[in-house]
Amino acid sequence: MTVRVFVPNDTTALAMGGDALAQELAAVATQRGLDLELIRNGSRGLCWLEPLVEVETARGRVAYGPVSVADLPALLDAGLLEGATSHPLCQGLTEEIPYLARQHRLTFARIGVIDPLSIEQYCDHQGFRGLERALQMAPAAIVGEIKSSGLRGRGGAAFPTGIKWETVLNADPGQKYIVCNADEGDSGTFADRLVMECDPYMLIEGMVIAGLAVGATRGYIYLRSEYPLARRILDTAIERALAAGYLGDSVLGSGRAFQLEVRLGAGAYICGEETALLESLEGRRGMVRPKPPLPALKGLFGRPTVVNNVLSLAAVPFILDRGAQAYADCGVGRSRGTLPVQLAGNVQRGGLVELAFGITLRELIEDFGGGTLSGRPLRAVQVGGPLGAYLPATQWDTPLDYEAFAAVGAVLGHGGVVLFDDTVDMGEQARFAMEFCAVESCGKCTPCRIGSTRGVEVIDRIRAGDRPEANLSLLNDLSSTMVDGSLCAMGSMTPIPVRSVLQHFSEDLRPTDNRRR
Amino acid sequence: MDLHPDFTPNPVQAAIAAWRSQPGALLPVLHAVQDSLGYIPRDAIVVMAEALGLTRAEVSGVISFYHHFRTTPPGQHIVEICRAEACQAVGARQLEAHAKSRLGLNYHQTRADGQFSLEPVYCLGNCACGPSIRIGDVVHGRVSEARFDDLLAGLAIQAVELPG
Ligand SMILES: Cc1cc2nc3c(=O)[nH]c(=O)nc-3n(C[C@H](O)[C@H](O)[C@H](O)COP(=O)(O)O)c2cc1C
Ligand code: SF4
Ligand code: FES
Repeated sequence: MTVRVFVPNDTTALAMGGDALAQELAAVATQRGLDLELIRNGSRGLCWLEPLVEVETARGRVAYGPVSVADLPALLDAGLLEGATSHPLCQGLTEEIPYLARQHRLTFARIGVIDPLSIEQYCDHQGFRGLERALQMAPAAIVGEIKSSGLRGRGGAAFPTGIKWETVLNADPGQKYIVCNADEGDSGTFADRLVMECDPYMLIEGMVIAGLAVGATRGYIYLRSEYPLARRILDTAIERALAAGYLGDSVLGSGRAFQLEVRLGAGAYICGEETALLESLEGRRGMVRPKPPLPALKGLFGRPTVVNNVLSLAAVPFILDRGAQAYADCGVGRSRGTLPVQLAGNVQRGGLVELAFGITLRELIEDFGGGTLSGRPLRAVQVGGPLGAYLPATQWDTPLDYEAFAAVGAVLGHGGVVLFDDTVDMGEQARFAMEFCAVESCGKCTPCRIGSTRGVEVIDRIRAGDRPEANLSLLNDLSSTMVDGSLCAMGSMTPIPVRSVLQHFSEDLRPTDNRRR
Repeated sequence: MDLHPDFTPNPVQAAIAAWRSQPGALLPVLHAVQDSLGYIPRDAIVVMAEALGLTRAEVSGVISFYHHFRTTPPGQHIVEICRAEACQAVGARQLEAHAKSRLGLNYHQTRADGQFSLEPVYCLGNCACGPSIRIGDVVHGRVSEARFDDLLAGLAIQAVELPG
């Protein structure tokens, strides 16, 4: 009987040798006359096990990882194709791997399970059911469903998605747009990438539903150029969805149109900011626009526009299919639903962890992450990307919840959690925050453009022992100027990581030879 | 119409023809030109500006805003090193220093022998398995100094084996 073997095809699996492994497996299968069907699935998001090979058995899928080409002969000898569990790389039944079993996967229920480009498999796993329901509903009812789900934007600002949609629905009639923000610029984040590479029809479905809800007939996915594989997969998925009638002039014969295309960014962090993104889509420099006007009223080409993060749009099919309540049932306080967290940096078990809001950072780091990769003590955790705070041990009991993070001066952002062991030089990290702002500032505001460059210089002087007291107070003033005088969060939030270092790791801002190492 | 097999449409004209009727055409045109030529030549700027109804200054301003676009020819291989935090946490700074000395390049430089260009990048989405680098369209994870050297050696072999 033909055995089905899965070798994932996402950026991380490939970066860890997935393609070479798949080729070798196919070659060995021919050599040994093995009867196997090789399927390139998406990733389960258990990045530390990539490439994670799965074998379908009567008991379910059995996982092996991380598998290298050199491991293959021994694995096959040990009974890989029978799902034998004796080999040390065997992780048991995939669904029972604790990291996966303990998650609450709503958005990521399908990733790694199916072939990302198979519409048939997508439909077999609840795909397009939300769209079918939405096609029966009035626009205001769809918007109402999203509002009652409590979904808040997952791109960073956590703005209620339903309210944004309602504004666009009630804006001037005429051409409207759905823009998916797939710029995913934050270091330590890759959840958007996983959605696009491993379950692209979910994003397409979410965007079509958004179009039906607000009366938009055209959508753009603004994708960062750093994701070439996501580009190829999305383009193919869009082509197939169009051929199957899920996109085009009459979505599933409803007479309602939705056209979708991918547009590439070009390596500019600021183009993740929604107004800079719109400028870029219009073919200009990515300069931030003042608000108002809100993009919801005057967005792309001056028309009413929904701009939503990939994860916000990806949550929509579930909400429409299973109902707002099913989504709102998870979470705490005003943070409803699930948060896809990404564990990254110096971590044993890095990967995607989708959980209801409310788990503490410590549980996440220890129970899921398993501590540092180096095995050394953990020293700092940066949450929420380059504009997010570095949290010291005393703050690790903070629950993952937008309000709880705000209360300790931190942000959840797009859910990136980056671990640093005790070899980190936090002065270097504070300097990098300023340097990154200097490199990526759009240049419109002086405090952001010039202030960040001054910030780098001041931190260098502090670290060199040049009048540290005076320069520390200068750094504080400079941070306040950036907070007060910046048009967008690039300039106003760069001081967050810097100040978290001043506050919690100030020993690292002393001159190098006076420090503990 | 059947085209002569040797016929290659000017990539700049082809990009303009493909995109000019679309709103917001400039970035896709720039991508298409850079994808086929490796960079955006000065002559192309003039042609694009004229075709899209923009000034040369506008087109140049857009090119200079985005880190991805370049106006000088790249090396045969563009090596991008992730400089962002999650990779820093697992040794990206050391890898960066190693890469610079191995290639004899600073960022934004191209070797005189035309083999390599070195560029910084801020996150490749492989943050759970860093340090990460990208060579061409391929991302590599857990790149130690030794693995970096192996990857370079692999490219050098390819360069010899490939005709032309
Ligand atoms: C400097 C900066 C960078 C940003 N980068 C991103 C990004 O990469 N992806 C994203 O979805 N939102 C990003 N945002 C947030 C967007 O401006 C916007 O809030 C978001 O796309 C709205 O979608 P949501 O409501 O679904 O979160 C960024 C904001 C700023 C200020
Ligand atoms: S804060 Fe910085 S990035 Fe934001 S608009 Fe001002 S200059 Fe541009
Ligand atoms: S931080 Fe290096 S790949 Fe994301």
